[in-house]
Amino acid sequence: MKQADVLLPVAAIAAALALFGLFVSFAGASPVEAWVILFKGAFGDWFSWQNTLQRAAPLMLTALCVALPARAGLTIIGGEGALVLGGLAAAGLAHALPLGGWSGSLLVCLAGAAAGAAWIALAGWLRQWRGVNETISSLLLAYVAIGLFKHLVEGPLRDPSSLNKPSTHALADSLRIAGIAGSDVHWGLVLGVLACVASALWLRWTPSGFSVRVVGGNLRAAQLVGLPAARLVLLACALGGAAAGLAGAVEVSAVHTSANASLIAGYGYAGILVAFIARQQPLAIVPVAILFGGFGAAGSLLQRRLGLPDASVLVLQGIAFVLVLASEALRDVDWKAVFARLRRFGPAPAPVTP
Amino acid sequence: MNADTLLALVAGILGGALRVGGPFLFVSLGECITEKAGRINLGLEGVLVLSAMAAFGGAYLSGSVWTGVVVAMLAGAALAALHGALCSLPRVNDVATGIALMLLGMGLAFYLGKPLIQPQAPQLPAIELGNWSSSPAVKAALQINPLVPLGVLLAAALWWAFANTRLGLLVRMAGDSADAARALGYSVSAIRIAATAAGGMVAGLGGACLTLFYPGSWNEGISSGQGLIAVALVIFARWSPLRCVGAALLFGGAGAIGPALQSAGIGWGYHLFNIVPYVLTLLILVLSCRPGQLAKGAPGEFSAR
Repeated sequence: MKQADVLLPVAAIAAALALFGLFVSFAGASPVEAWVILFKGAFGDWFSWQNTLQRAAPLMLTALCVALPARAGLTIIGGEGALVLGGLAAAGLAHALPLGGWSGSLLVCLAGAAAGAAWIALAGWLRQWRGVNETISSLLLAYVAIGLFKHLVEGPLRDPSSLNKPSTHALADSLRIAGIAGSDVHWGLVLGVLACVASALWLRWTPSGFSVRVVGGNLRAAQLVGLPAARLVLLACALGGAAAGLAGAVEVSAVHTSANASLIAGYGYAGILVAFIARQQPLAIVPVAILFGGFGAAGSLLQRRLGLPDASVLVLQGIAFVLVLASEALRDVDWKAVFARLRRFGPAPAPVTP
Repeated sequence: MNADTLLALVAGILGGALRVGGPFLFVSLGECITEKAGRINLGLEGVLVLSAMAAFGGAYLSGSVWTGVVVAMLAGAALAALHGALCSLPRVNDVATGIALMLLGMGLAFYLGKPLIQPQAPQLPAIELGNWSSSPAVKAALQINPLVPLGVLLAAALWWAFANTRLGLLVRMAGDSADAARALGYSVSAIRIAATAAGGMVAGLGGACLTLFYPGSWNEGISSGQGLIAVALVIFARWSPLRCVGAALLFGGAGAIGPALQSAGIGWGYHLFNIVPYVLTLLILVLSCRPGQLAKGAPGEFSAR
């Protein structure tokens, strides 16, 4: 991994924060105050940290939903759909069967993962079978999934006692994911970190992971070598979708305790951002997800202290994404030559006399 | 369901096709211009939302609805120009940039549009086509957005211009064979950036349709994937501006089924009917695309990637 791989995204995020300060100053707030509040709201005290980590957990999983297919050469952005269907499947299974305890939680999470995997694998299959652009199809499927979710939650799967806010039946107490050591940070965070580490190990050290990377790097070479490219692409999509579906199941089990409209919180879209900034590397997703979880957590503090709309965090994320992508253009620049030329404005080196 | 309700339903779907099809029409025409020059702009969803907010804000702050329309066009052109400029940098991924601009456009729109959620802005004057009927439901359903006939004229003009003018030829050359354009001394980057910006300007008119006619107010749910459907529409229309009109009307009708049924009193399956446009788009993509092959009529440069 070259120095540029880490420095460029970091520089891009720093530039995004600077631009955000400028943006905020147009709204009449002080940039320095905004930066301080961003830091405090994200990492200032234990309460902020809990908020940050709570948001980082689903982000890690939805970022995997983008990163794993990306390593196979696909750009899938439908994680939001996989997440909501995963949450719905989890809530549905928990209501349909009398489950409880560890095994119940495991089954519920598996159900969520399976639903998500099927959905994203559908996008991958459409691409392999009919050449449909997977970016467009996965986003369309996400909208379809949200529509199906709303229909089922407000209709057949609705809990009759949920009047104001249509929800499915609440999960049994023993199925809920508790906080680590009594804090607000639930075990879903550990699941997220484990998923990222497992993905990194899978991609790096296993034959199937390596094959997926080959398919992503050069499809033609992979086919010439005889790799089953179509199946590998579907595998990557299914694993990514499973991660997003697991995020949905975890959100339902740990945070909302039933599937309802609060599940549609944009974690799928924020995950796209995290994956691209982490350059599709599962291990890098962990710190980037924590950073963006922090931004999200700081949003409400920005709103309360500076009167900025909560969409200001969306603007920050958008600027960060644009700058990170633009920084890719600087990747091939020979920095040594640039700096050498800049230094030449100073005293010239002593001429060498023959 | 008696005859009156049925008539109201049919009128609702037809009128809805024209009403809901407005944004589809303009965004697909804008994407058509962009793609004919050889660039994909997936950020048109962000352009749609941002220009919708800009139209509402412009009309509300200036009191004139046509100022709002102009502001929408400018906002759309600006965001799309950003996309064009970014994509012309080396090693920048078109698709990822489009997604980034979609998120940035929506973020900016929600941020700047916070104070615009409550107020009312002047609306576009409607063209009444339903005056032959005595039923108020039919009359309300057949009110036409004045920008839509403009859009149809624009489509015809674009179709003529692509075939018969020098500018149209330049755009098509940049899209079909960048090497030919370079050999003639034209800057392919400049043509593509200009085409992307022009596409954004046209798509901005679609945003104006949303907030200045139907639904006629600004809120954060104003567009849900219409920009993206319009990008898929261009493939369905095989990159011809005239076919974009038909495709937009078809999808407008599909998108209008849900609200039309609801106003006819049928509440079941509201969400299911609302996903009809997306399912239709997927179906059409499945039918028009072939693996490993470009769709018929695609600009030649798309296969060179």
